[in-house]
Amino acid sequence: MKTAVQIASDVRSGASSATEELRTSLEAIRARNEELHVFLYVDEEGAEAAATRVDALVAKGDDPGALAGVPLAVKDNMCQRGIPTTCASKILEGWRPPYSATVVDRLVAAGALLVGKTNLDEFAMGSSTENSAFGPTRNPLDPSRVPGGSSGGSAAAVAADMTPLAIGSDTGGSIRQPAALCGLVGVKPTYGLVSRYGLIAFASSLDQIGPFAKTVTDAATLLEVIAGHDPMDSTSLPEPSPSLVAHVNDGVAGKRVGLVRELIDGADQEVIDAVGRALEALRDAGAVTTELSIPELRLGLSAYYLIAPAEASSNLARYDGVRYGLRVDAEDVTAMNEATRTAGFGAEVKRRIMLGTYALSAGYYDAYYGQALKVRTQMIDAFARAYGQVDLLLGATTPSVAFAFGAKTSNPLSMYLSDVFTIPTNLAGEAAISVPFGTGEAGLPIGVQLLGPGRSEAQLFSAARVLERADGRP
Amino acid sequence: MSSPLRREEVAYVAKLARLSLSEDELDLFTEQLGQVLEHASDMKSLDLDNVVATAHPFGLVNVVREDEVRPSLDRDEVLAMAPDARDGRFAVPRIMGEAP
Repeated sequence: MKTAVQIASDVRSGASSATEELRTSLEAIRARNEELHVFLYVDEEGAEAAATRVDALVAKGDDPGALAGVPLAVKDNMCQRGIPTTCASKILEGWRPPYSATVVDRLVAAGALLVGKTNLDEFAMGSSTENSAFGPTRNPLDPSRVPGGSSGGSAAAVAADMTPLAIGSDTGGSIRQPAALCGLVGVKPTYGLVSRYGLIAFASSLDQIGPFAKTVTDAATLLEVIAGHDPMDSTSLPEPSPSLVAHVNDGVAGKRVGLVRELIDGADQEVIDAVGRALEALRDAGAVTTELSIPELRLGLSAYYLIAPAEASSNLARYDGVRYGLRVDAEDVTAMNEATRTAGFGAEVKRRIMLGTYALSAGYYDAYYGQALKVRTQMIDAFARAYGQVDLLLGATTPSVAFAFGAKTSNPLSMYLSDVFTIPTNLAGEAAISVPFGTGEAGLPIGVQLLGPGRSEAQLFSAARVLERADGRP
Repeated sequence: MSSPLRREEVAYVAKLARLSLSEDELDLFTEQLGQVLEHASDMKSLDLDNVVATAHPFGLVNVVREDEVRPSLDRDEVLAMAPDARDGRFAVPRIMGEAP
């Protein structure tokens, strides 16, 4: 399988064509989509039209863009005009958005071929894709195990060589965790770096779109295309897209990297060992390494599982059977709202709406939601103190390698614990990257996580590239 | 350990959230949501009186734009996706009760 950078280079030079690259991708999708359930919708016609456009630009001598002819998968919680967008929920089944997300527009403008919409946990709530209303996605590396979630379909698309790139969204780890479980590079960019316009909201102060790729350079290439200010998203950072690809090979000489005790505590021994070896690899490459403790991170899970459901309960109030999606008829409007939501939402979405509604309700607001917002402040301050001492932090991405189907579905809290190492970055609005580093049980990949302050993506890619090379990928 | 959440509270919250739960679901959610709140109790005891709450990672200021007419979504296209629409509007079942 060629990297995205190779494909774009071949298509631009005429050594290959977008049409040819698309054919390879669609063949891979046809071969395994039924088994793995990666895509909820494959848009062959649209992708073929896009490939024809790219090839025509090349023929004319025009620049087709940084992702010329690169097949790409989009998580099905991002709007693409006229293409079914479901959030893996019955409540949006059949809906075709009348507009496209800014990321979708930017990808098309860069010459990417959008081949389809990938499966996810319903409304991005989950860590395994088992909460999809349309059935789970299987991990291409071991189909008896989950691919992680919530962006499990996007991760599986890349891991199964269906597309070299995919985009997902990360509210508490939904890019990094499946990236780790599928042996990929996954990035949660700084809050506001990538426009959320057209991303169907889950928890608006935490959601962020980011890339999946097999290589660090591919991930940087994709992030550069989708990042940068967008007037359609009022939370978008004011500056244009940063220069990332140019810094991928900057190395880590002289950088201070701290291994965080709270970001490995409770992980399987093989994961802890991998993180230890990653620290050594960074030291061998010239980083100044240290170990530190940030006790405030221990409260991340508790704060997150009040803040995210609280925001979700508000965001999901819009699914009321009036403007789009499902309606279950009833005698009056209130009964119709209730019947629609009861039939349209799955169990996990209901749980989170309930949790959030409770945390925001009179009498409990201060004790739960209010307290969680203060813990969030403490976490931001604690990260800031840590970044006074070191440039980047290192930890595990997930406590274990990919787990089996059903292993965590009966106890929601055990599923929530899958995100214990990834959540703090979302609460702080900062950036982190998961990069494969070694393997564990049954030869399955282990992901290690590098964390940095807001706008530290270039440094994160440099450090991730060092680990990629140390792990034997030139 | 007893759940920090009572079954009646779960039923009340479901009503607020416009969800109707079966008896079995009420039992299950009382237990499961109770576990999450129990986990969150590590936070409740902290003395955070002097800590400012953060609702958003970066101190956002209002974003404004010129108040000028710009193209928006096509009304017919939007209404075509609605479960029911009449006369250029979203249509819903009756809102008011019958006259007494």
